[in-house]
Amino acid sequence: MIKVSRLRKSFNGQPVLNGIDLEVPDGSITIIIGRSGGGKSVFLKHLLGLMRPDGGSIEVGGVDLARLHGRALDEVRKRYGVVFQSGALFDSMTCRDNVAFPLREKFRLTRANITKRVDRALAQVELEGIGDKYPEEVSGGMRKRVAIARALVTEPEIVFFDEPTTGLDPVLVNTIHHLILELHRQLHFTAVMVSHEIPEIFEIADRVGMLHEGRIVELGSPAAIQASSNPIVQQFIRGEPDSRA
Amino acid sequence: MTEPDVAPALRPFESLGRWATGIVESLGRFGSFLAQGVAALVTPPFKLWPLLGRIHYIGFRSLLIILLTGAFTGMVLGLQIFLTLSRFGSEAFLGPAVALSLIRELGPVLAALMVTGRAGSALTAELGIMRITEQIDALTVMALSPMRYLVAPSLLAGVLTFPLMTALFDVVGIFGGYLVGVELLGLSEGTYFGEMQTFVDLADIMTGFWKSVSFGIIVTWVCTYKGFHVSRGAEGVAQATTQAVVLSSVLILVWDYFLGTVLP
Repeated sequence: MIKVSRLRKSFNGQPVLNGIDLEVPDGSITIIIGRSGGGKSVFLKHLLGLMRPDGGSIEVGGVDLARLHGRALDEVRKRYGVVFQSGALFDSMTCRDNVAFPLREKFRLTRANITKRVDRALAQVELEGIGDKYPEEVSGGMRKRVAIARALVTEPEIVFFDEPTTGLDPVLVNTIHHLILELHRQLHFTAVMVSHEIPEIFEIADRVGMLHEGRIVELGSPAAIQASSNPIVQQFIRGEPDSRA
Repeated sequence: MTEPDVAPALRPFESLGRWATGIVESLGRFGSFLAQGVAALVTPPFKLWPLLGRIHYIGFRSLLIILLTGAFTGMVLGLQIFLTLSRFGSEAFLGPAVALSLIRELGPVLAALMVTGRAGSALTAELGIMRITEQIDALTVMALSPMRYLVAPSLLAGVLTFPLMTALFDVVGIFGGYLVGVELLGLSEGTYFGEMQTFVDLADIMTGFWKSVSFGIIVTWVCTYKGFHVSRGAEGVAQATTQAVVLSSVLILVWDYFLGTVLP
């Protein structure tokens, strides 16, 4: 269980996170939606321990991430898998080496065992055979899938997805979403995703939270969010123009 | 929380204070970065492959530029010193003059400046691109220290390769001076090398050695720090690369003067 309470963060006196409260149940897919500049990426960076909050707490398995440093923080991160918006694949390594990297560096495994797990991870994302190519030699959709394979190869308890389908065509968006759903069914991880993809995310989410001006203004099942009477939520999911933008 | 308003008359002092605080904070971050790099270097697990990669990147790939600049620096020194000494009838001292200039001063400084231009800038750009494409964040959230994988190997590679690059620069430069002084201008070979053995001693070599070691630390420290803290996309990478080269070059010259005053 991830429990975020009254999380606050400001930059140069400008509040970005304004008291976020959120609970992510174990084994669920929770998707955070919200407009660009609404603080989604900053929120995710707090969950990953890449930023320190000005106030509030982030409990992961009962431990407050905001109070941890160094090795204690790394102990929590060992339970994580992260798919970055850009993929964040190491461009000096082949796709196969990217997937193998966390196994080689974090675990004492035999070469044969690593090969077996990398093959399995690449097969799970339907990328057998492209392992020897470098990230720049494969398409955007393939890079995202390699990033997903790298995030899942260590079988983490919690997987974070930062806009994993940004820049992909609608067919690939659905392909990646269904891939995530399928992997979730197989591996039973807890997923936290930040996404803009409306309405596709309603097909895969257990819970959807709307982040607006640094607060979760609505949280519920996909059906509840779609039926919400909150005008901010309705404007976002219908994509209505904002005269202030 | 908003800050209290400051009286207009005090605003210049407030700005000055903010500027001074900013400088102190930057220096603190800069020093703390080196401390973290050294801590990652001296605590296990040690990363051999990243170190070998950095030695190849900083050292091996700078060989050609070191050989070229070393040879021409020695040739220019040979020519200019010969012309100057010939006014006093002291051409015999060409060998030691070229060797001492290179070993004590020009070798460490010019080799460091050349490696800064070639490898230091590339190091900053590489780390900067890794930063803006979230590769450094990816390492961090894998619970793998970027200091251990990216910074510590660069620091150690700098300490190991800069003295070797300097030694090469010196040797090639001395032969460049030989080419001009002996082969072109007619000084005897025995005089060129014989006088060199008389005047150059171990203390001179150690001065050059300590300079090159410290330049290795300065260049890799500045360049990794600048790359590590890149922001604002491609423009930020370009800015950081320029700053890294300029700051490294200035620090090399300032530190060279300082060491010149304290080393024998």
